[in-house]
Amino acid sequence: MKGTIESAPELRGRAAVAGIAELRPSKTPEGRTPLGLIADASRLAIADAGLRPADVDGIVVCPAMMQYSMLWPSVVAEHLGLSPSYLEFVDLGGASSCGMIARAAAAVATGRADVVLCVNGDTWDPKGMYLKPPPLISPLRDFTMPYGAAGANGDYAMAAKLHMARYGTTSRQLAKIAADQRTSAQKNPLALFHGKPLTVDDVLASPLVCDPLHLLEVVMPCTGAEAVIVTSAERARDLPHPPALVLGFGEHLEPDPFQRPDYLVTPVVESARRAFGMAGVVPRDVDFAEIYDCYTSAVLIELEDAGFCAKGEGGPFVESHDLTYAGDFPLNTHGGMLSFGQPGLGGGMTLVVEAVRQIMGRAGERQVARRDVAFVHGNGGTFTEECSLVLGAAR
Amino acid sequence: MSEGFPRPLPKVEGDAAPYWRALAAGRIELPRCRACSRTIFYPRPFCPACLSDDVAWEAVDGRGTVYACTVVHKPTNPWFFDQAPYVYAIVELPCGVRLPTRIVGCPAENVRVGDRVEPVFERVTDEVTLLHFAHADRGAPA
Repeated sequence: MKGTIESAPELRGRAAVAGIAELRPSKTPEGRTPLGLIADASRLAIADAGLRPADVDGIVVCPAMMQYSMLWPSVVAEHLGLSPSYLEFVDLGGASSCGMIARAAAAVATGRADVVLCVNGDTWDPKGMYLKPPPLISPLRDFTMPYGAAGANGDYAMAAKLHMARYGTTSRQLAKIAADQRTSAQKNPLALFHGKPLTVDDVLASPLVCDPLHLLEVVMPCTGAEAVIVTSAERARDLPHPPALVLGFGEHLEPDPFQRPDYLVTPVVESARRAFGMAGVVPRDVDFAEIYDCYTSAVLIELEDAGFCAKGEGGPFVESHDLTYAGDFPLNTHGGMLSFGQPGLGGGMTLVVEAVRQIMGRAGERQVARRDVAFVHGNGGTFTEECSLVLGAAR
Repeated sequence: MSEGFPRPLPKVEGDAAPYWRALAAGRIELPRCRACSRTIFYPRPFCPACLSDDVAWEAVDGRGTVYACTVVHKPTNPWFFDQAPYVYAIVELPCGVRLPTRIVGCPAENVRVGDRVEPVFERVTDEVTLLHFAHADRGAPA
């Protein structure tokens, strides 16, 4: 039941991120495979944490859409030459990455593993999507696909349009999210859209994909990989980088978004409540946020449901705050997936990696001013699978 | 219709088969839970609200309102490429369920959240009839 479970505060701050790696994203596969990218990111992350491969006793992965395989955790471990005692496959769509960190943190906190490698990587080839679609069997699809459902594009566009009809939200407010994030991306040499600044008018001048969402409000899938090393807070203290503590995590699913009481009130409410509850903080304690931006409308609704503003006030909220890395509400400071690129289902890991980078003080030119508490969120399906994290600096 | 891409159609078999057979006969029927009295969508032989299997198929009133909608300019399924722009929508029926559908019979830009709509049965094959909707106040029903 929603709102009745305490959020396991005893897990607060028990685990920490000690190392990260992120490959430069690319628009095409460039001859790479997901497994090859995963190996590169894993080797870099283990080294970044100051650890050796033999130290890794846990591995957590999510599906690679372009190399979809059963036994995937074992395949990845075998490829890396690892012999872990804890293996996990997290299949939560866009919430997978936060779900991977949550499981790794719980495994560390409960003694199941000491050093957990969380890694994702995927290639992107638009032609490949039609040649080899990953299997998704849901009876609901028989009731959407025949009617021209435009995948996530259509569902998030309907959310935007409903938000506009009900609360007066404007296209300019939504476009500002993409534009502010692009400003931050200009300080991120890895971002796909580095060197390509963007204004609100540019966003609104891009073609409509599904009304009211424009092309530049829709995430761009790409080839890439991220890896994160989760270990105990104690062990992380002795490693090279200042640790990013996992202060809280929370997860929630509500199926079939259109049958629940209100399409615009999402399970983010519950996942965030659990994460904040475990962390013992509230939204106003958050210094910066890295939240899932598959679409501008997703960001708007996640901000509301995570509690950064009231329902319906997302438009004025994004309009009245500077969302860039230098602003009063730094949001998606690596550019977000909208400007960085979305490497498959693990795209949300770019948000985790950026939050850790900021907390560790390694964000270079886009370093945020205050970095004690970060809110990170992964959103899967159409506001169905949700997972929230609160990460923070050791005090 | 784009060459080589089949039109996506439902399988008229299994738990939802009575729904598609009713549409083919020009009726909207959905299972209703006798234990908690909810109408069930998508159709299945038990109630996802209370897990009772005491359900019965009933005819439902198809006059609804547009709960949410979008004009699709760039379809994802190639079959729909030359249909765009078209309106993909969620229509709420008086029984409380919300159906994914298309709004037809008017320019795409004329559809608004809250518009009153009524069913339009589009016969696609002998087996499959799709349930579209059109504005309720546009004159003679389809």
